[in-house]
Amino acid sequence: MAKRIDIANLDAYYGTFKAVGDVSLSIEPKSVTAFIGPSGCGKSTVLRTINRMHEVIPRAYVTGQVLLDGEDIYGPDIDPVNVRRTIGMVFQRPNPFPTMSISENVVAGLTLDGKKRSKAELDSIVERSLRQANLWEEVKERLDRPGGGLSGGQQQRLCIARAIAVQPQILLMDEPCSALDPISTLAIEDLIEQLKADYTIVIVTHNMQQAARVSETTAFFNLPGVGQPGRLVEIAPTERIFSNPTQEATEDYISGRFG
Amino acid sequence: MSTTVEPATAGTAEPISIHGQAVRRGDRIFRGVSLFAGITILVIIGAIGIFLIWRAIPSLQANTANFFTTSAWFPDQTPNPVFGIAALTFGTLFTAAIAMVLGVPVGIGIALFIAQYADRRLASTLGFVTDLLAAVPSIIFGMWGLSFLTPHMEGLGQWLNDYLGFIPIFRNDLNQYSKSILIAGVVLAIMVLPTISALSREVLTQVPRSTIEASLALGATRWEMVRQAMFPFARPGMISAAMLGLGRALGETIAVALILSASNVINWHITEPGGNTFAANIALKWNEAGPIGLSALIASGLVLFAITLVVNTIARGIIARHAEFRESS
Amino acid sequence: MSTTQMTPAPATEPALHDLLAGRQLPRWAPLAAAAAGIVISLLLNLISAVDGVAGTAVVAAILFVIFQTGWSLRVEGRRHAVDRLATTAVYATFVIAATPLIAVLATVFVKGIKVISMTFLTHSMRNVDTQGPGGGLQHAIVGTFQQVGLAALMGVPLGILAAIYLVEYTADAKSSRLARAIGFVVDVMTGVPSVIVGLFVYSAFILTLGLPRSGFAAAIALAILMLPVVVRSTEEMLRIVPRELREASLALGIPRWRTITKIVLPTALAGIITGVMLAIARIAGETAPLLLTTFLSQSFNYNAFKGPQAALPTFIWDQFTSGTQASQDRAWGGALVLITIVMLFYAGARLIARFTGVKKF
Ligand SMILES: Nc1ncnc2c1ncn2[C@@H]1O[C@H](COP(=O)(O)OP(=O)(O)O)[C@@H](O)[C@H]1O
Ligand SMILES: [Mg+2]
Repeated sequence: MAKRIDIANLDAYYGTFKAVGDVSLSIEPKSVTAFIGPSGCGKSTVLRTINRMHEVIPRAYVTGQVLLDGEDIYGPDIDPVNVRRTIGMVFQRPNPFPTMSISENVVAGLTLDGKKRSKAELDSIVERSLRQANLWEEVKERLDRPGGGLSGGQQQRLCIARAIAVQPQILLMDEPCSALDPISTLAIEDLIEQLKADYTIVIVTHNMQQAARVSETTAFFNLPGVGQPGRLVEIAPTERIFSNPTQEATEDYISGRFG
Repeated sequence: MSTTVEPATAGTAEPISIHGQAVRRGDRIFRGVSLFAGITILVIIGAIGIFLIWRAIPSLQANTANFFTTSAWFPDQTPNPVFGIAALTFGTLFTAAIAMVLGVPVGIGIALFIAQYADRRLASTLGFVTDLLAAVPSIIFGMWGLSFLTPHMEGLGQWLNDYLGFIPIFRNDLNQYSKSILIAGVVLAIMVLPTISALSREVLTQVPRSTIEASLALGATRWEMVRQAMFPFARPGMISAAMLGLGRALGETIAVALILSASNVINWHITEPGGNTFAANIALKWNEAGPIGLSALIASGLVLFAITLVVNTIARGIIARHAEFRESS
Repeated sequence: MSTTQMTPAPATEPALHDLLAGRQLPRWAPLAAAAAGIVISLLLNLISAVDGVAGTAVVAAILFVIFQTGWSLRVEGRRHAVDRLATTAVYATFVIAATPLIAVLATVFVKGIKVISMTFLTHSMRNVDTQGPGGGLQHAIVGTFQQVGLAALMGVPLGILAAIYLVEYTADAKSSRLARAIGFVVDVMTGVPSVIVGLFVYSAFILTLGLPRSGFAAAIALAILMLPVVVRSTEEMLRIVPRELREASLALGIPRWRTITKIVLPTALAGIITGVMLAIARIAGETAPLLLTTFLSQSFNYNAFKGPQAALPTFIWDQFTSGTQASQDRAWGGALVLITIVMLFYAGARLIARFTGVKKF
């Protein structure tokens, strides 16, 4: 079920401001790809172009192509609503729906289509998704309590459960651990390790150790100058990026001389 | 006053030192004055209730009919005053109900339009325009309702009678469509729009961006996002907004006084002339009332005061609870 | 569907294109649906199945909704059709709200401008036959300014002081409980109908204390009505004055009350003035409390404490309910003057807010 992603000559704009320019890269199915780079270089922007979340910001648009197994998700007969359902997303700050219970949160994406589902079916989806998110044991006694009552790390795993409940092809994560404590971070990293068996995962992180721990491939983005669009500097197997980068800017960044 | 306070040191004439008596006195006086201002507000609300009760009692004692079940309004009739609030209650609740049925969806729609559907520059202009609606004095709404809206609503009244006349409230046996409860309700609906939309807009714009994006990222259409992420979050605020609008509709005086024909009868045919409300009745009967008549109007005002107090307290209670909940979470 | 089973079977997985694709209506679809609705409605009008401008417009709108929703339902599916329907409804509410506002302002302007003249603005109704044309409303303008001015003299200081108490003197538990009670009452007071306040002033000040029905009695009612607005807006302005500013001043040994009057209030001044002007705009058009607490006068009376005194709202009420053409014309003229004054205060408040960067308003 996991798909490959090919981005070709992608430019992303906020109004007249070009935030990132000329990005081309490929992401293999069932792998973890990390986006690293200094703050403001456009990592989140590129990530959000992959499920067409970029365009929900007023006056934001993209040019170029994003191919999902060869299918252009910006094609004329593609429905962005379906794209977002097919490509799940986890945000920097855990954002469970504050008014919903834990189980309602998990099935929030499923119930959107208004189809009738039996309670047993929904229950089994809740359990499966929470198990996949390593959260089941901690919350199974209080599924009807508000999702906002959980700890930060639990909330983030709840958001992951919510994203995978609709069985997406790809999981996008934008700095999923940056608001969490170290123990919760480890739990999420373990989870990513398990999930990559089923999903293609793209993760933005500002933490280079994290990129090294969880990803097979790393893409390094950089900002050539103030007011200029961010660029993809290089993308390569994570080991090589950290041991032997081809670009000087990458070397500077990972050795902490910059950014 | 207080003997333990050190006297101001000689030489420092300017009362700057923290321990200076002048300073203390200044602070005490200023604090006392502002406390007095705060207490005054509490006293006013209490005094409104007390004085209305006190001045209502003579007429209630003189009344020879049941105050709650009588529709007629002849308080100055001697020797046996007869008056009651049945028709007033009916008219007040019915006009307010029409105002709510029309005003709540439209008011929330405007709020949603400004908070989510319009682009930001347009939104702030539109917010200003709806606020302008709130600045129009109510007597002007009344005049407009009588001389502009009434002729334009005749067609609607006839249409309702012709096609929905099998529903009793829409039947019109008089073939007269002016000065009706329906027209008063429509004008009230327009008048409560700014109240409802202002507070709804405030809570709808407070919905966190992250909650909205969570819903969109799950593949919600815009409307599904509104229902999934925005409405549940904003619901307590929207309920309070509707209650505040209801409070305004219940107490509106001059617009209703101009539009209704002020007959104290209960008439379920809402497109026919007739009906009266607490507030309009007070304004219309005031100058022709004798001592018992004034007291009777005050008694009816007391009932209106109690009703609006309950409605507003509930509305504010909901807001306060919600604010506390949000601060603590 | 396979996607809802516990273990999805990859064999039955739908093709990727089917997952992502969704046929969408062209961009011009709403325009086309609207055009079709209008044309058909006009045709219906021609064969007189529909009549009247309003009727034709309503039928056109209904047809537009049916066409667009039906088309969307066929091409895009139920979820998008519902979304379009909701979007249409939300836009429609805006048209529904804008229509009466424009109609009210236009009616007042068109009917009011007819009688506006130098005579109308500079004369009273003294010795003018109410049934016939002529006369003016300057006596009412004078009355309104005096009554509103007196109300502001009472309501503004009281409101500002109460707000100071709520913000500056509520550190300890007991006063913070009192402050919560006051704050709650202020909110509830916003919703007390103005006619009730009129009844209160009549019962307490006129019946009990023996104050005559006069402009001053009206001013008391107006002051009570503006009080909650002043308290709330001042309170908000005081709360956004940074705490550092207060602490810096207190740390210099400047006493609290001097800190408030010399540092805090000036910082919040623009916002407080904005709030006061909005409160004045709100009370200037109040009619009901004036009917209960004043006697109407047709002549100038510069003494708000004695005798009958006119005001713009009661002038309008009197002329409008007199029921002749000439008096109704005067009522519309009065409405135009009143709404102009109210809007000037309102716009002034906005301008001050904009130029001094007060965000809240
Ligand atoms: N909503 C937005 N509106 C306008 N500009 C934005 C918005 N979001 C991000 N940007 C700009 O786009 C650039 C890239 O931002 P982002 O993708 O968030 O960077 P990163 O995630 O790498 O820190 C930055 O210059 C940022 O200021
Ligand atoms: Mg980012």
